[in-house]
Amino acid sequence: MAQGIRNLLGLRDMEPDGIVEILDTARSFREVLERPIKKVPTLQGTTVVNLFFESSTRTRISFELAERRLSADVVNFAASGSSVSKGETLKDTARNIEAMKTDIVVIRHSSTGAPHFLSRLLKSPVINAGDGINEHPTQGLLDMFTMREKLGELKGLNVCIVGDIAHSRVARSNIFGLTKLGANVAVCGPKTLIPDYLEQFGVKVFVNIDDAIQWADVLNVLRIQLEREAGGDFPTIREYRLYWGINRERLEKSSKSIVIMHPGPINRGVELDADIADGETSVILDQVTNGVAVRMAVLYLTGAKPS
Amino acid sequence: MKIYLRNARVVDPSGKYDGLFDLMIVDGAIQEISSPLGGNPVNYEINLRGKLVVPGLFDMHTHLREPGQEYKEDIASGIAAAANGGFTGIAAMPNTDPVVDSADVVKYVIDRAKQSGLVDVYQIAAVTEGRKGERLSEMKDLSEAGAVAFSDDGSAVSDSHVMRLALQYSSMLGRPIIQHCEDHSLTKSGSANESAETIRYGLKTQHRLAEELILSRDIMMLKAFGGKYHATHISTAESVNLVKRAKEEKLPITCDVTPHHLFLDDNLLGNYDSDYKVNPPLRTKEDREALVEGLKNGIIDAIASDHAPHALHEKEVEFDAAPFGMIGLETTVGAVMTELYHKEVLDIQAIVRLLSLNPRRILGLAVPEFNLGAKADLTIIDPDYEWVVEPEKFKSKSKNTGFKGMRFKGSAVGIIRGEKFFFSDRLK
Repeated sequence: MAQGIRNLLGLRDMEPDGIVEILDTARSFREVLERPIKKVPTLQGTTVVNLFFESSTRTRISFELAERRLSADVVNFAASGSSVSKGETLKDTARNIEAMKTDIVVIRHSSTGAPHFLSRLLKSPVINAGDGINEHPTQGLLDMFTMREKLGELKGLNVCIVGDIAHSRVARSNIFGLTKLGANVAVCGPKTLIPDYLEQFGVKVFVNIDDAIQWADVLNVLRIQLEREAGGDFPTIREYRLYWGINRERLEKSSKSIVIMHPGPINRGVELDADIADGETSVILDQVTNGVAVRMAVLYLTGAKPS
Repeated sequence: MKIYLRNARVVDPSGKYDGLFDLMIVDGAIQEISSPLGGNPVNYEINLRGKLVVPGLFDMHTHLREPGQEYKEDIASGIAAAANGGFTGIAAMPNTDPVVDSADVVKYVIDRAKQSGLVDVYQIAAVTEGRKGERLSEMKDLSEAGAVAFSDDGSAVSDSHVMRLALQYSSMLGRPIIQHCEDHSLTKSGSANESAETIRYGLKTQHRLAEELILSRDIMMLKAFGGKYHATHISTAESVNLVKRAKEEKLPITCDVTPHHLFLDDNLLGNYDSDYKVNPPLRTKEDREALVEGLKNGIIDAIASDHAPHALHEKEVEFDAAPFGMIGLETTVGAVMTELYHKEVLDIQAIVRLLSLNPRRILGLAVPEFNLGAKADLTIIDPDYEWVVEPEKFKSKSKNTGFKGMRFKGSAVGIIRGEKFFFSDRLK
């Protein structure tokens, strides 16, 4: 029987067993998603609040679907049009919503540590749906779930994350989760987008994408935030595409078939060419489906009431 | 008015009265220093058996927040906190609202402080008008009004030409420029030190070179243009090296370090508690060790609190959104006694130099002396008092300290400054 988890703030401090428990639980919810009726009564009578202080389409919809498929009552709170724009603090917003007797809080915020801050103030479990440049734990988990589904064991698997590592919460959650479960993790991108010290976490650093492709079983390609070009973190989108963009020509240099992942939304023709994104080795849409199952598992494990 | 301090271990830097003594203070002046009489104290007598009596401590880096931000701290509450922390004198930084860049504001602060009078308050004035880093403030007029030094603290004097002018102009006045070393183009939105720990925590970081570049530049400018220069709150191992080399060249440079940079490091940031968000940011364990080494070998001249009060509502927010700074007046002595005195890193004479004599000398102020007829200016320290840091018990209006919950051994328990005195309820 599942032990349950208090909060899901990040994968950084989780035990490997805890991560495996979520992934295993997600497997049974993944089966639910194949049934004609995709709804279970698990969280009936539980109210989940989605607090989104930063715009998000995919993650918000995925959480909402997961919540509804568990029969939870769902409240959506988006920062625009709410009292946050009137200068209410995060603390007040969250405590007011909790005072309405909600049970689980899902938060997306542009500031690192906002979910940790909330978890100190609230009695409800807090699930991090992405905080600043820190973590996006459910994305990390769904990426791991998908790799397990496609390739079996994570132990010994060579996973390379490509793109803006320095500002990516997806990269960080992938690094923490994958290394805990014994995968070999590398990153690749321009030096200005890769933080120092990564080697200390057991992460390999490639600057040359062709070297990364030779090494990798999986490429997890990150979205290049177009505003990074304006910020001068790399010279131009054109140059990025030329030297780090994933295209068929590059992939064909590898003798093995490399699994292509992307957390979305894709800048087609920038970090990833359209034919690869839609190609036979791409698992991008499986990631989206699995995301719902993984989020169901996390909600179930945080919301499970003692019987 | 008589106060008779009995059985005190007097720490006298001149060596004349270093040892166990009874001190009779009459109308604010030291009237008698004699070998302990023994026996039990009566009425105006205070038994200080086991306590240290040291020259009044001085904090050369305090933010009093008045005028303009009295909800964080005001002159009266800042003085109360200083007295409770064992300081008989403090120097206030000028980043108030309005900025202390005119003689009127200097006089206002000094007058307000005199109303309480318990602690000497000196004012540091801005280097540039409005702390904008563009045009020099009226330094001579400010100096005449009582300003003891100049600083744009909170920001560096970034523009090299302005820094040149500041060094040259202030050299006419004999007053130091106190630099907050930070290359702002390198720090931007970074709110933590750049290290393996903070990369792991997913924080926006600032590189240590931001401090070291400005310090290096300033040392070169000091060599070329003269003046007196003090680097405040240095926080990295390389900054200690830079100051060491400058001192070897006999340049007129001094520096201070805060207790939080000495005793706290960036592995505390994993819970994203904004009480640990300070500027410069908490560095690594290696930096802390280098700073302690800098104290031991005399490269670092002073310990200063950088007491930076912020209201609860300002700190109780997301890490990125919180203001930088922690309070320090009421934890400095406890931290120093616990970490430096009891761990036998420094003896009490060295601690007195760092917390009383040197900060006063850097600011051109007279040093308290144990001489018959001299005005009493002393701090009483109980080296063995054990306590837990509970910010809600502080006299400061603000409670933002990264030392919260820590267990200290050693505390200031009272001050006497002329006819004014304060005895803490910790004095037993």
